[in-house]
Amino acid sequence: MTWTWFHRLGSPPHVFALARRLTPWLGWPAALLILGGLWGGLVLAPPDYQQGDGFRIIYVHAPSAWLSLMVYTSMAIAAAVGLIWRIKVAHAVAASCAPIGASFTLAALVTGALWGQPMWGTFWQWDPRLTSELILFFLYLGYMGLRAGIEDTQRADRASGVLAVVGVVNVPIIHYSVTWWNSLHQAPSVMRLARPTLPGSMLAPLLMMLLGFTLLFGALVLVRLRAEILARERTSGWIREAVGA
Amino acid sequence: MKEFLDMGGYAAFVWPSYAITLAVIALNVYWARRRLTQARAAARRRIAMHEEGA
Repeated sequence: MTWTWFHRLGSPPHVFALARRLTPWLGWPAALLILGGLWGGLVLAPPDYQQGDGFRIIYVHAPSAWLSLMVYTSMAIAAAVGLIWRIKVAHAVAASCAPIGASFTLAALVTGALWGQPMWGTFWQWDPRLTSELILFFLYLGYMGLRAGIEDTQRADRASGVLAVVGVVNVPIIHYSVTWWNSLHQAPSVMRLARPTLPGSMLAPLLMMLLGFTLLFGALVLVRLRAEILARERTSGWIREAVGA
Repeated sequence: MKEFLDMGGYAAFVWPSYAITLAVIALNVYWARRRLTQARAAARRRIAMHEEGA
Protein backbone atom coordinates (compact mmCIF):
# COMPACT_ATOMS: atom_id res chain seq x y z
CA MET A 1 0.00 0.00 0.00
CA THR A 2 1.54 3.28 -1.04
CA TRP A 3 0.46 6.67 0.18
CA THR A 4 1.17 8.56 -3.03
CA TRP A 5 -2.53 8.97 -3.80
CA PHE A 6 -2.99 10.58 -0.39
CA HIS A 7 -0.10 12.98 -0.92
CA ARG A 8 -1.39 13.85 -4.37
CA LEU A 9 -4.66 14.88 -2.74
CA GLY A 10 -2.68 17.63 -1.04
CA SER A 11 -1.27 18.94 -4.31
CA PRO A 12 -3.29 21.88 -5.72
CA PRO A 13 -2.60 21.28 -9.45
CA HIS A 14 -3.49 17.61 -9.10
CA VAL A 15 -6.70 18.33 -7.17
CA PHE A 16 -7.64 21.11 -9.59
CA ALA A 17 -7.36 18.76 -12.59
CA LEU A 18 -9.12 15.93 -10.75
CA ALA A 19 -11.99 18.24 -9.73
CA ARG A 20 -12.44 19.39 -13.32
CA ARG A 21 -12.57 15.81 -14.60
CA LEU A 22 -14.93 14.53 -11.90
CA THR A 23 -17.52 17.34 -11.95
CA PRO A 24 -19.62 16.15 -14.95
CA TRP A 25 -19.58 12.57 -13.62
CA LEU A 26 -21.33 13.83 -10.49
CA GLY A 27 -23.38 16.67 -11.96
CA TRP A 28 -25.21 14.84 -14.74
CA PRO A 29 -26.27 11.80 -12.68
CA ALA A 30 -27.39 14.28 -10.00
CA ALA A 31 -29.60 16.12 -12.52
CA LEU A 32 -31.14 12.86 -13.79
CA LEU A 33 -31.76 11.50 -10.29
CA ILE A 34 -33.37 14.75 -9.12
CA LEU A 35 -35.61 14.94 -12.20
CA GLY A 36 -36.58 11.27 -11.74
CA GLY A 37 -37.17 11.85 -8.02
CA LEU A 38 -39.40 14.86 -8.76
CA TRP A 39 -41.50 12.82 -11.18
CA GLY A 40 -41.71 9.87 -8.79
CA GLY A 41 -42.44 12.04 -5.76
CA LEU A 42 -45.01 14.35 -7.32
CA VAL A 43 -46.72 11.98 -9.76
CA LEU A 44 -46.04 8.29 -9.17
CA ALA A 45 -46.03 8.00 -5.37
CA PRO A 46 -49.51 7.47 -3.90
CA PRO A 47 -50.91 10.02 -1.40
CA ASP A 48 -50.19 9.22 2.25
CA TYR A 49 -53.10 7.70 4.17
CA GLN A 50 -52.81 10.31 6.92
CA GLN A 51 -51.25 13.36 5.27
CA GLY A 52 -52.71 13.02 1.77
CA ASP A 53 -50.65 14.88 -0.83
CA GLY A 54 -49.11 17.07 1.87
CA PHE A 55 -46.54 14.37 2.62
CA ARG A 56 -44.92 15.03 -0.78
CA ILE A 57 -42.95 17.83 0.87
CA ILE A 58 -40.75 15.01 2.20
CA TYR A 59 -39.10 14.70 -1.24
CA VAL A 60 -37.57 18.16 -0.97
CA HIS A 61 -37.42 18.52 2.82
CA ALA A 62 -35.60 15.31 3.75
CA PRO A 63 -32.84 15.59 1.09
CA SER A 64 -32.24 19.25 2.05
CA ALA A 65 -32.05 18.29 5.72
CA TRP A 66 -29.75 15.37 4.88
CA LEU A 67 -27.41 17.72 2.98
CA SER A 68 -27.44 20.23 5.83
CA LEU A 69 -25.92 17.56 8.12
CA MET A 70 -23.78 15.75 5.56
CA VAL A 71 -22.21 18.95 4.23
CA TYR A 72 -21.45 20.16 7.77
CA THR A 73 -19.82 16.83 8.63
CA SER A 74 -17.74 16.97 5.41
CA MET A 75 -16.76 20.55 6.23
CA ALA A 76 -15.69 19.61 9.76
CA ILE A 77 -13.67 16.60 8.55
CA ALA A 78 -11.96 18.71 5.85
CA ALA A 79 -11.21 21.43 8.41
CA ALA A 80 -9.81 18.84 10.87
CA VAL A 81 -7.57 17.35 8.15
CA GLY A 82 -6.43 20.89 7.28
CA LEU A 83 -5.70 21.75 10.91
CA ILE A 84 -3.94 18.47 11.80
CA TRP A 85 -1.83 17.91 8.68
CA ARG A 86 -1.67 21.57 7.58
CA ILE A 87 -3.04 20.75 4.15
CA LYS A 88 -4.19 23.91 2.37
CA VAL A 89 -6.40 22.05 -0.10
CA ALA A 90 -8.35 20.57 2.83
CA HIS A 91 -9.09 24.07 4.12
CA ALA A 92 -10.14 25.03 0.61
CA VAL A 93 -12.60 22.11 0.63
CA ALA A 94 -14.02 23.22 3.97
CA ALA A 95 -14.44 26.79 2.76
CA SER A 96 -16.20 25.50 -0.38
CA CYS A 97 -18.70 23.49 1.67
CA ALA A 98 -20.06 26.33 3.80
CA PRO A 99 -22.28 28.32 1.39
CA ILE A 100 -23.73 25.11 -0.05
CA GLY A 101 -24.53 23.76 3.40
CA ALA A 102 -25.99 27.05 4.60
CA SER A 103 -28.35 27.32 1.63
CA PHE A 104 -29.67 23.76 2.00
CA THR A 105 -30.08 24.24 5.76
CA LEU A 106 -32.26 27.25 4.97
CA ALA A 107 -34.21 25.14 2.44
CA ALA A 108 -34.70 22.44 5.11
CA LEU A 109 -35.94 25.02 7.64
CA VAL A 110 -38.34 26.73 5.21
CA THR A 111 -39.77 23.51 3.72
CA GLY A 112 -40.06 22.17 7.29
CA ALA A 113 -42.10 25.23 8.28
CA LEU A 114 -44.30 24.76 5.20
CA TRP A 115 -44.85 21.14 6.20
CA GLY A 116 -45.36 21.95 9.88
CA GLN A 117 -48.14 24.46 9.33
CA PRO A 118 -50.74 22.05 7.84
CA MET A 119 -49.65 19.00 9.89
CA TRP A 120 -48.83 20.46 13.33
CA GLY A 121 -50.76 23.72 12.99
CA THR A 122 -47.63 25.87 13.33
CA PHE A 123 -44.80 27.10 11.12
CA TRP A 124 -42.34 27.12 13.99
CA GLN A 125 -41.95 25.64 17.44
CA TRP A 126 -38.94 25.87 19.77
CA ASP A 127 -38.66 22.14 19.53
CA PRO A 128 -35.31 20.27 19.95
CA ARG A 129 -35.04 19.22 16.29
CA LEU A 130 -36.05 22.58 14.88
CA THR A 131 -33.92 24.57 17.31
CA SER A 132 -30.79 22.47 16.75
CA GLU A 133 -31.25 22.76 12.96
CA LEU A 134 -31.54 26.54 13.33
CA ILE A 135 -28.30 26.51 15.36
CA LEU A 136 -26.70 24.60 12.46
CA PHE A 137 -27.72 27.42 10.11
CA PHE A 138 -26.09 29.96 12.44
CA LEU A 139 -22.94 27.80 12.64
CA TYR A 140 -22.65 27.95 8.86
CA LEU A 141 -23.22 31.73 8.91
CA GLY A 142 -20.69 32.12 11.72
CA TYR A 143 -18.13 30.09 9.78
CA MET A 144 -18.60 32.21 6.65
CA GLY A 145 -18.65 35.46 8.63
CA LEU A 146 -15.44 34.52 10.42
CA ARG A 147 -13.69 33.74 7.13
CA ALA A 148 -14.96 36.96 5.55
CA GLY A 149 -13.70 38.95 8.54
CA ILE A 150 -10.10 37.72 8.42
CA GLU A 151 -7.97 39.07 5.60
CA ASP A 152 -5.10 36.58 5.84
CA THR A 153 -6.18 33.26 4.28
CA GLN A 154 -4.08 31.06 6.57
CA ARG A 155 -5.38 32.71 9.72
CA ALA A 156 -8.93 32.54 8.34
CA ASP A 157 -8.43 28.82 7.64
CA ARG A 158 -7.26 28.13 11.18
CA ALA A 159 -9.88 30.20 13.01
CA SER A 160 -12.83 29.04 10.91
CA GLY A 161 -11.49 25.46 10.95
CA VAL A 162 -11.61 25.39 14.76
CA LEU A 163 -15.19 26.68 14.68
CA ALA A 164 -16.19 24.03 12.13
CA VAL A 165 -14.66 21.22 14.19
CA VAL A 166 -16.15 22.39 17.51
CA GLY A 167 -19.57 22.91 15.92
CA VAL A 168 -19.75 19.31 14.71
CA VAL A 169 -21.08 18.25 18.14
CA ASN A 170 -24.37 19.74 16.96
CA VAL A 171 -24.70 17.15 14.16
CA PRO A 172 -25.47 14.08 16.33
CA ILE A 173 -27.64 16.31 18.54
CA ILE A 174 -29.78 17.18 15.51
CA HIS A 175 -29.91 13.59 14.29
CA TYR A 176 -30.87 12.06 17.65
CA SER A 177 -32.97 14.99 18.89
CA VAL A 178 -36.18 13.23 17.86
CA THR A 179 -35.21 10.10 19.82
CA TRP A 180 -33.68 11.74 22.89
CA TRP A 181 -36.36 14.29 23.52
CA ASN A 182 -40.07 14.38 23.07
CA SER A 183 -40.28 16.21 19.75
CA LEU A 184 -43.06 17.32 17.44
CA HIS A 185 -40.89 16.12 14.61
CA GLN A 186 -41.44 12.58 13.41
CA ALA A 187 -38.78 9.90 13.96
CA PRO A 188 -36.50 8.97 11.04
CA SER A 189 -38.15 6.76 8.41
CA VAL A 190 -35.14 6.12 6.16
CA MET A 191 -31.96 6.99 8.11
CA ARG A 192 -32.39 4.25 10.67
CA LEU A 193 -30.72 0.96 11.49
CA ALA A 194 -33.80 -1.19 10.99
CA ARG A 195 -35.53 -1.32 7.61
CA PRO A 196 -37.08 1.93 6.33
CA THR A 197 -40.74 2.33 7.23
CA LEU A 198 -41.89 3.71 3.87
CA PRO A 199 -43.43 1.46 1.19
CA GLY A 200 -41.42 1.03 -2.02
CA SER A 201 -43.36 3.41 -4.28
CA MET A 202 -42.86 6.20 -1.73
CA LEU A 203 -39.31 5.19 -0.81
CA ALA A 204 -37.79 4.94 -4.32
CA PRO A 205 -38.24 8.63 -5.25
CA LEU A 206 -36.90 9.62 -1.82
CA LEU A 207 -33.77 7.52 -2.27
CA MET A 208 -33.30 9.03 -5.75
CA MET A 209 -33.56 12.52 -4.30
CA LEU A 210 -31.17 11.71 -1.42
CA LEU A 211 -28.57 10.32 -3.82
CA GLY A 212 -29.20 13.09 -6.36
CA PHE A 213 -28.72 15.84 -3.76
CA THR A 214 -25.56 14.12 -2.49
CA LEU A 215 -24.04 13.95 -5.99
CA LEU A 216 -25.12 17.53 -6.64
CA PHE A 217 -23.23 18.60 -3.52
CA GLY A 218 -20.19 16.74 -4.85
CA ALA A 219 -20.35 18.58 -8.18
CA LEU A 220 -20.93 21.97 -6.52
CA VAL A 221 -18.10 21.57 -4.05
CA LEU A 222 -15.68 20.59 -6.84
CA VAL A 223 -16.54 23.69 -8.88
CA ARG A 224 -16.17 25.91 -5.81
CA LEU A 225 -12.95 24.13 -4.87
CA ARG A 226 -11.40 25.00 -8.22
CA ALA A 227 -12.30 28.66 -7.67
CA GLU A 228 -10.90 28.50 -4.14
CA ILE A 229 -7.61 26.91 -5.32
CA LEU A 230 -7.20 29.52 -8.08
CA ALA A 231 -7.69 32.32 -5.56
CA ARG A 232 -5.11 30.82 -3.19
CA GLU A 233 -2.39 29.89 -5.64
CA ARG A 234 -1.73 33.45 -6.78
CA THR A 235 0.81 33.18 -9.62
CA SER A 236 2.07 29.60 -9.53
CA GLY A 237 3.23 28.44 -12.96
CA TRP A 238 0.55 25.78 -13.46
CA ILE A 239 -2.22 28.36 -12.98
CA ARG A 240 -1.27 29.96 -16.30
CA GLU A 241 -2.15 26.77 -18.10
CA ALA A 242 -5.27 26.15 -16.00
CA VAL A 243 -6.85 29.49 -16.90
CA GLY A 244 -5.49 29.61 -20.44
CA ALA A 245 -3.58 32.88 -19.95
CA MET B 1 -54.40 18.42 -14.18
CA LYS B 2 -56.41 20.67 -11.88
CA GLU B 3 -56.45 17.88 -9.33
CA PHE B 4 -52.68 17.53 -9.60
CA LEU B 5 -52.14 21.27 -9.10
CA ASP B 6 -54.51 21.28 -6.14
CA MET B 7 -52.39 18.65 -4.29
CA GLY B 8 -55.38 17.44 -2.31
CA GLY B 9 -55.78 20.87 -0.74
CA TYR B 10 -52.10 21.19 0.23
CA ALA B 11 -51.11 23.23 -2.86
CA ALA B 12 -50.21 26.29 -0.76
CA PHE B 13 -47.61 24.23 1.12
CA VAL B 14 -46.38 21.67 -1.42
CA TRP B 15 -45.66 24.00 -4.36
CA PRO B 16 -43.78 26.69 -2.41
CA SER B 17 -41.65 23.92 -0.82
CA TYR B 18 -40.69 22.59 -4.23
CA ALA B 19 -40.18 26.09 -5.65
CA ILE B 20 -37.85 27.11 -2.80
CA THR B 21 -35.79 23.91 -2.95
CA LEU B 22 -35.42 24.06 -6.73
CA ALA B 23 -34.49 27.75 -6.47
CA VAL B 24 -31.79 26.85 -3.92
CA ILE B 25 -30.44 24.20 -6.32
CA ALA B 26 -30.46 26.59 -9.30
CA LEU B 27 -28.82 29.39 -7.29
CA ASN B 28 -26.14 27.01 -6.01
CA VAL B 29 -25.27 26.00 -9.57
CA TYR B 30 -25.24 29.64 -10.67
CA TRP B 31 -23.18 30.87 -7.68
CA ALA B 32 -20.60 28.08 -7.97
CA ARG B 33 -20.08 28.67 -11.69
CA ARG B 34 -19.95 32.45 -11.23
CA ARG B 35 -17.28 32.05 -8.52
CA LEU B 36 -15.17 29.93 -10.82
CA THR B 37 -15.52 32.41 -13.71
CA GLN B 38 -14.55 35.27 -11.41
CA ALA B 39 -11.59 33.35 -9.96
CA ARG B 40 -10.36 32.55 -13.48
CA ALA B 41 -10.63 36.21 -14.55
CA ALA B 42 -8.82 37.33 -11.39
CA ALA B 43 -6.04 34.77 -11.97
CA ARG B 44 -5.62 35.97 -15.58
CA ARG B 45 -5.37 39.58 -14.38
CA ARG B 46 -2.78 38.63 -11.75
CA ILE B 47 -0.69 36.75 -14.28
CA ALA B 48 -0.85 39.67 -16.75
CA MET B 49 0.21 42.13 -14.03
CA HIS B 50 2.96 39.80 -12.89
CA GLU B 51 4.35 39.60 -16.43
CA GLU B 52 4.20 43.38 -16.90
CA GLY B 53 6.07 43.83 -13.65
CA ALA B 54 8.73 41.26 -14.54
